[in-house]
Amino acid sequence: MPMAPPITDLEQLKNHPAIARLLAWNPQVVEGVKFDRDEMSIIVERSAIREACALLKEDSVCPFNAFSDLTCVDWYPSEPRFELVYHLLSIPNKGRVRLKVKLNSSSPAVESITSIWPGANYFEREVFDLFGIRFTGHPYLRRILMPEDWEGHPLRKDYPVEGYR
Amino acid sequence: MILNMGPQHPSTHGVLRVLLEIDGETVVRMMPDIGYLHTGIEKTCEAKFYQQVVPLTDRIDYLCPLTNNLCYCLAVEKLLGLEIPAKAQWMRVLLNELTRINSHLVWLGTHALDIGAMTVFLYCFREREEILKLFEMVSGQRMMTSYFRIGGLALEPPLGFFDRVRHFAGYFPERVDEYENLLTSNPIWMMRTKGVARISAEDCLALGGTGPTLRGSGVDFDLRRDMPYSSYEKFQFRVPVSQDGDVYARYMCRVQELRESIGIVRQALDGMPEGPVKADAPGIVLPDREKMKTQMESLIYHFKIITEGFAVPAGEVYQAVESPRGEMGYYVVSDGTSKPYRVHMRGACFANLQTLPTMCEGKLLADVVAAIGSIDIVLGEIDR
Repeated sequence: MPMAPPITDLEQLKNHPAIARLLAWNPQVVEGVKFDRDEMSIIVERSAIREACALLKEDSVCPFNAFSDLTCVDWYPSEPRFELVYHLLSIPNKGRVRLKVKLNSSSPAVESITSIWPGANYFEREVFDLFGIRFTGHPYLRRILMPEDWEGHPLRKDYPVEGYR
Repeated sequence: MILNMGPQHPSTHGVLRVLLEIDGETVVRMMPDIGYLHTGIEKTCEAKFYQQVVPLTDRIDYLCPLTNNLCYCLAVEKLLGLEIPAKAQWMRVLLNELTRINSHLVWLGTHALDIGAMTVFLYCFREREEILKLFEMVSGQRMMTSYFRIGGLALEPPLGFFDRVRHFAGYFPERVDEYENLLTSNPIWMMRTKGVARISAEDCLALGGTGPTLRGSGVDFDLRRDMPYSSYEKFQFRVPVSQDGDVYARYMCRVQELRESIGIVRQALDGMPEGPVKADAPGIVLPDREKMKTQMESLIYHFKIITEGFAVPAGEVYQAVESPRGEMGYYVVSDGTSKPYRVHMRGACFANLQTLPTMCEGKLLADVVAAIGSIDIVLGEIDR
């Protein structure tokens, strides 16, 4: 079955409720959009992620009221190296949206969204633990899966998978 | 006083460690500590071919292997743009509902055992044994099934399988009555669970709760009904919701789900379509054994899939299914090669565990055990 090519043109997608909301707030924060395989991705400017999440959560037309997932993808060795991926769910509208934030490899940090969704707490700790990304404003940013004294961040692509440490 | 509970403790359902700050009998603060079962499955996936990841997904959650198989297969199929034959989809629904019953039975048995009701445990495991035998029939394995493949099922279901499922579906509702007779209006059970570990819908949603934990607080949301996958839209079922948000409400949700699930199983048996169980996609789906021995092309495809896998078009997909515990999500990123660039598993229990401190803080220490049991955690999925 041939697949429809992804749509990345902002003009075509600006009527999607999440994109429309963000554009109405500040067009600068939307760095890119992609509609691929029935899933909408929005690349959000790094410093705006917390406010973008707050806006989408409180939106009156299409509230993305549930936080599903947060993870990270390491695109080593290209830059910007890290891509944080937020999945938001709208329970009333039965839809999802994916927000992305790109981070450079030198001391990657981003604002925590735990003040909006306390449920992001463990997810941010997991990303901190396995990728070494700092979340400013997180109430308890410590390793969650690996031991406290572990060195390195195992899910980074340059982490050795064999041999002695 | 700080009290350490776990990681080896019979009521933590695995290796969960909980730090409790207590004042007399009251819990002041609660801190779950996890990671004792971390095996790095997400990292392992990056070194495997797409089809080799399927057995790994079993190992995340030993109580619902088929749900995890399904979620991963759906994600990769979405990446590939594969169309799955109707019979395979219906078989997937049937087996997923049996898995839900299996998982809820273990939950009910162990949860009741934690609170002190011994008999239910033995009753639940009696029925669970029959489901495990059904799994063994289709896949050859009782627990680590790996029966779903990218593109369909591993094999045709064996002769006599449907008759046996029908027999099970025939007597199972009576068995649910038996459990309910023991618990639902039992005064001791109600004293131990009603009004205990209460959480409001807002708190539960904000903390990432999903599945029966969320529905027990009155949020009417079920991925099977609201964002259907694998032809769930063709089945009629009710989504049980309770308003109280306590241990008893979560118990009622799950027990009613047992009845709904067996209804779905019956519908799947009655309407099971005919046809192949694998998609027509040479190069992705392994050929039949017979064809492989007689046809050159099939042999070549088989050799190529086993030795070098199959390339998946670049892209990313988030697929979520309603596991017995809540929203199980797989985020799969492909860079166009035959190995996944990144596989992330969004565990339902991982998020549900965050609701635990809100349920327990300010309440009695003795109710912590009931609260842990009521969110139905599996530590393998939390730690991955």
